Amino acid sequence: MADATELAPPTVRRSWWTRLPVVSQLRQSIGLQRGMLIAGLVLAAIFVLAAVFAPLLAPYGYSQLRDAAGTFGAQQPPSAEHLLGTTVGGYDVLSRVIWGSRTALLVIVVAVTASILVGVLLGLISGYFGGWLDRVLVMIADAIYAFPSLLLAIVLAIVISGGQSSMWGGIFAAALSITVIFIPQYLRVTRSEVIRIKSEAFVESARVIGAGHVRIMSRHVLRNSTRTLPLILTLNASEAILTLAGLGFLGFGIEPTAAAEWGYDLNKSLSDVTAGIWWTSIFPGLAIVLVVLGLTLVGESLNDLADPRLRKRAAGPEPVEDLGVELPAGQQEGEQR
Amino acid sequence: MKDVVEITDLAVSFATDAGQVQAVDGVTLSVHPGEVLAVVGESGSGKTVTAKTILGLLPETARVRGAVVLSSKDGTTEGDVAQMSAARLRQVRGRDAAMVFQEPSTALNPVYPVGWQIIEGLRAHGRYTRAEARAEAIDVLRRVGIPDPEERIDHYPHQFSGGQKQRIVIAQALVLDPGVIVADEPTTALDVTVQAEILDLLRRCRDEFGAAVVLITHNMGVVADLADRVAVMYQGKLVEQADVRTLFSAPKEPYTQQLLAAVPRIGEGLARAHERAARRPEGWEEQAPVVRARDLRIVYPGRFRQPDFVAVDGVSLSIRPGEVLGLVGESGSGKTTIGRAMAGLTRVAGGSLEVLGVELRGVRERTFRPVRSKIGFVFQDPATSFNPLLTIAECVAEPLVVHGRAENAADARGRVDELLEAVQLPRAFGARFPHELSGGQRQRASLARALALDPELLIADEPTSALDVSVQARVLDLFDELHRELEFAALFISHDLAVVDMLADRIAVLHRGRLVEEGTGDQVLGSPREPYTQRLLASLPVPDPVEQAERRAQWQRLRGAGA
Repeated sequence: MADATELAPPTVRRSWWTRLPVVSQLRQSIGLQRGMLIAGLVLAAIFVLAAVFAPLLAPYGYSQLRDAAGTFGAQQPPSAEHLLGTTVGGYDVLSRVIWGSRTALLVIVVAVTASILVGVLLGLISGYFGGWLDRVLVMIADAIYAFPSLLLAIVLAIVISGGQSSMWGGIFAAALSITVIFIPQYLRVTRSEVIRIKSEAFVESARVIGAGHVRIMSRHVLRNSTRTLPLILTLNASEAILTLAGLGFLGFGIEPTAAAEWGYDLNKSLSDVTAGIWWTSIFPGLAIVLVVLGLTLVGESLNDLADPRLRKRAAGPEPVEDLGVELPAGQQEGEQR
Repeated sequence: MKDVVEITDLAVSFATDAGQVQAVDGVTLSVHPGEVLAVVGESGSGKTVTAKTILGLLPETARVRGAVVLSSKDGTTEGDVAQMSAARLRQVRGRDAAMVFQEPSTALNPVYPVGWQIIEGLRAHGRYTRAEARAEAIDVLRRVGIPDPEERIDHYPHQFSGGQKQRIVIAQALVLDPGVIVADEPTTALDVTVQAEILDLLRRCRDEFGAAVVLITHNMGVVADLADRVAVMYQGKLVEQADVRTLFSAPKEPYTQQLLAAVPRIGEGLARAHERAARRPEGWEEQAPVVRARDLRIVYPGRFRQPDFVAVDGVSLSIRPGEVLGLVGESGSGKTTIGRAMAGLTRVAGGSLEVLGVELRGVRERTFRPVRSKIGFVFQDPATSFNPLLTIAECVAEPLVVHGRAENAADARGRVDELLEAVQLPRAFGARFPHELSGGQRQRASLARALALDPELLIADEPTSALDVSVQARVLDLFDELHRELEFAALFISHDLAVVDMLADRIAVLHRGRLVEEGTGDQVLGSPREPYTQRLLASLPVPDPVEQAERRAQWQRLRGAGA
């Protein structure tokens, strides 16, 4: 620490990417926590890569039933042509699993983006202004908490897609129903942070300067109150997948001709389980478990690393006050050790 | 007789993400029985860490080298705290060494009566019947000066005042009759008048209980008042160790000399005030005041049918252009509330408060906003008064941008550089973030921000109370210099009479929301009329052991007269 800092500490700033949310936490983690975080990140990376490069990775299309050699045939065991076998509907399991990641990713992106936008905005307004608006919004948020989330999702799925299940209809139905469930979480987290930040001296100082509400909210409060959002984001992403799979499993998902969806495949493989046909249920199920596990690991590790004591360590040594004192030469050397 | 504590070549380091941080480096120190050893130093000097090793209270991340030998009062047992097992440590704590913490309101458990908390210590170290333990606790409470201990032993911490709570914490430490009491800034959280009483009690700990006291403090006045011997620490090292009179009269090390020179003393500011008064043009007194308060009343509304809290009641004062008014008072006297009201942060409930020609009672934000550009505000805690996500340059540019003097932070850079230079910060600091600056540097940047719009009125709310003495001296000098150049009117709020004295033309003393006395520095500090001001002045320990001994006698007379 106290090495040759008679004046102020030098402004050595690490390169920009090390200060990104996940990267900086990865750098400060150690031991088991680091293992957990890396495992989670690897699983999440595989998931995202599979989703992006699905057309290249998957041997067949998600709704492909035949190729040049004829139809695939239903419930074929794993073979050289179909590495993971085929389903009762005659689809290739491997292709469905890979294509399914694309649907899941889209749902996560749409759901999380929409809920963050709405939730943070409402939380900001609610926390900053307080009063009756705040009370009403918090009450509504509490009321939404009281609903079973899947029930709410089913209702919304029916309202939005009206029973039709095209790819985008299905994705939006699932994503928006998840959004409604998530908004209260973002609202409450942002609101409590905003209330805390609002009483900080730097916000008061902005008020003394004469800054308007919009400026204080956007420049001083908002950026300081979004610190915990990456954590909720990763945890919510895994919850979004579970809700999507739940909807599909219950039959409110997307038709197999519109997009691949793990929940739907699991539903169709129910009867296979008793018939000893294991490959139709194991692989979509495994995909769900691994993706949820990966995202949860990332989220939980970030959560642990956000522990204030650990965060403080990362901040480094306190800057040394410039006292203008000439220390004896011997002492200087001792410090530079 | 044998020393109660013998620290030999102690080194403590903490494991952090930034590597090993050396908090204490090669400290050798001993505490003789029945003496008060003051360990002084500024924040980060390692004084608290050193004292905590005596009780083995360091966190798990600490690595301790060296020996800390703690002997019991009768000299029969001794052991190295650094090597002790947890069970041995428990035995030794309380019996051989006890601790008095800084903040008495958090050192006591709010859900147990104070008697129970004292008896808890007794039970941990011996077998007592219920009646014996209670009698012992009542006895110790009486000896630390709690009135009606038989009755008050069953009261809860919140039923005591701050000073009484600290007495109880000291009673807790004394009940087992330890050889040494470690007092970590025992009076920092207390008001001056209460501080004097607690110091008196600590002196009695030594005289009547025969305990050695290790007093950790940054306040040189407290050291002069209480200590027998002084150890000065700087950046983890022991700089100087001497008898208290020797240290104050002939400090050897440059650091000690500089530390002592930085301590503000009452009377230093009078010359400056006279000089300023002489410089003022004719007819200055007839100018319209910048701030005029008449029967000002500020009320915080009570919640849940509790009565309203009247923070300020019937205060009348005025600040003329270019004048510095020092506002002094203890915690809860309403001094900060008045400052906040002037900045439009708190509503005025009654009377009248006119700031730069605008009546603030019932004012609308829209009418007040243009006036805000003429008001600068310096906050108490420099750590929280900057937005952590903006650079210093952006923070300082903020007032310029808000009031349309600049398009954005980059546009204002020229003026920002000027301001930073004015507060003696290098230009390059503009690119840094607030946490990359030290406390004193941050407070100087805060001053730069307050002065950005060339304000006619500057409100400084305890701007130096979060800073170390030597840093405080620099900030105060800077303030004085800027005031001479820019000639703004200022309200300078502080609890420290000596600090106010250095800067203020006139001083107003507040007590429980009312104005007790107001006048020039000569009048208020030289010959105070009101008994409260006299008491306040007498309670303030001066950094000179000889003079302080006289003042203590005077204080005791005043106290005797008041009681």
